Amino acid sequence: MQLKPILLFFGYKLVRLALLLIAVAVLTFGMMSLSPIDPVQAYVGADMLQISAAQRELIAQRWGLDQPMIVRFWDWFGQIIQGNWGTSMVFNQPVLQVIGQRFQVSLQLLAIAWLLSGLLGLVLGVLAGAFEGTWIDRGIRLYAYTLASSPTFWVALLLLILFSVSLRLTPICCAAPPGMLAQNVTFWQHLHHLLLPALALSIIGIASIALHTRQKLIDVLHSDYVLFARAQGESLWGILQHHGLRNILLPALTLQFASLSELFGGSVLVEQVFAYPGLGQATVQAALRSDVPLLVGIVFFSALFVYAGNTLADLSYQVIDPRIRIGGRRTT
Amino acid sequence: MLSVSNLSVTFKQYEQGLRRRQLTVITELDLDVKAGEVVAVVGASGSGKSLLAHAILGILPENATVGGTMLFQGQPLTPSRCQRLRGKAIALIPQSVGYLDPLMRVGQQVQRVAQLNGLSKPAARTAVKRTFDRYDLPPQAERCYPFQVSGGMARRVLVSTAVVSHAELIIADEPTPGLHPEVVVETLNHLRELAQEGRGVILITHDIEAALLVADRVAVFYAGTTAEIASTQDFAAGNLRHPYTQALWRSLPQNDFMPVPGNQPNPEALPVGCLFSDRCPWMTEACLPERPRLRTVRGGLVRCIHADR
Ligand code: SF4
Repeated sequence: MQLKPILLFFGYKLVRLALLLIAVAVLTFGMMSLSPIDPVQAYVGADMLQISAAQRELIAQRWGLDQPMIVRFWDWFGQIIQGNWGTSMVFNQPVLQVIGQRFQVSLQLLAIAWLLSGLLGLVLGVLAGAFEGTWIDRGIRLYAYTLASSPTFWVALLLLILFSVSLRLTPICCAAPPGMLAQNVTFWQHLHHLLLPALALSIIGIASIALHTRQKLIDVLHSDYVLFARAQGESLWGILQHHGLRNILLPALTLQFASLSELFGGSVLVEQVFAYPGLGQATVQAALRSDVPLLVGIVFFSALFVYAGNTLADLSYQVIDPRIRIGGRRTT
Repeated sequence: MLSVSNLSVTFKQYEQGLRRRQLTVITELDLDVKAGEVVAVVGASGSGKSLLAHAILGILPENATVGGTMLFQGQPLTPSRCQRLRGKAIALIPQSVGYLDPLMRVGQQVQRVAQLNGLSKPAARTAVKRTFDRYDLPPQAERCYPFQVSGGMARRVLVSTAVVSHAELIIADEPTPGLHPEVVVETLNHLRELAQEGRGVILITHDIEAALLVADRVAVFYAGTTAEIASTQDFAAGNLRHPYTQALWRSLPQNDFMPVPGNQPNPEALPVGCLFSDRCPWMTEACLPERPRLRTVRGGLVRCIHADR
């Protein structure tokens, strides 16, 4: 692959990202200004009753709240760009620090769920596609449609009731046994707590990946090149191994990267159900307790994250597909 | 080597719930191929040419029913025998690079055919090298993806897939359309060579001129049946027996360049009598009650009751 198209690709993506972030900033700022949350009150909190109206005025003036909206926007946006994202009121820590810590916890959850949904989705999709029309296919499709149409938090609750409450196989909450210091938690305890939330989260992705993979495989199996492979005496298994997987892997991988955004959204619900202290749970807390700086930080961060996922999806095509990688260069 | 007699292929189609359609795409089709000869199968699209190839290879879709008999080297071609022979004793040369896996290097694909024929990996690799050499394909062609090879190279790669298999019967399905005239001649010569090595070759094409350049005998298909099987010399010598073959011959540019009027009958509602009756200038009452049988007239086979007039 030549260097120039790559640079062009990334240049284009960066410009898009900048535009996206500006749009997000304008929207967020607009909503903040219109929301009923009074910044002074939010800052002072319960002590509000103890300060006079004149003092309030003074604070508002110091903060520039009397300035026109456009001036305030540029002040605020300038700070954001400089990396000053403010302090979270709920956690009493700089916003970037909160996001960093919380995301690390969420990342493990996301990674496991992502791999699980990708692998299971692929396997189920291949099975259904290879045995199109049989009871295997019908069973998998029924399963996928059922999953696709049931809400995540409900599935998470069912799993919790079954595995944690009835069977007592998995812990009922949190990322570690309660009351234990972080450095004393063993790897297995960690994994034990991670498993059920990750499973619940992965279920979101499985259905769509399985159904897409199935459709793609059916297209491949009806293609001319598979007909020719059959004429060469290739068996169904040989066709899957030599032509099927090769041709469905690319769209599957793209789908897999694109599903990152869905997973990220799902993690908010799943972490809430399992009281898993990740970024998703922090989002809910920030929203419930009007922690505007944290909320804004999370909005920016998720925009970045989703964008990165989609960019990886685009990039995977460029890198893997020889038709795009090598382009129209012919050897005659 | 191959003898097909009275072959029929019918598709069952379900449309709108339970209403079932029967599509008879091949009716009473006959063909025979001997070792060392090229037999061209000529006909318009929809005359059942490609389906014949798929029937011989046993790769028709599941909703197809096959009737009649097919003998390969004296033994009937049952589905299980088809499965054992295809790709090994009987090979297909497909129409275009569209029949190659777009994401697999062409060398690998040819090598796969050799391996399916029981060669070990190193032996298969050598076989690929030898075959590519034989067809003047540069070594780097092995590492090309199908979209990278030019039309002429693609043809030679496709021929290579059949040659590494040591097949005794080779079916080339429309190998010439859209090609540069030089490449057409080259491709046809390759087929001729394969026959000279003792293989039987079936050349499926709608291009009579190409067929006459290379074939020993020409089978003309019409609406899924064999209208006539003539030797190549019969065409220029004016010794054609069936009115459809004669009309096809006259439609060539160097002859009268007169297209054959009308269309092939609808496969859902085939006439009871001769399939060509609605377009035939010689048609009489006698053609209508039943299908004419294939019979020998002046050294060729023909399905027409008035052929000897
Ligand atoms: S059988 Fe009759 S209708 Fe058919 S081709 Fe011969 S003359 Fe024509």
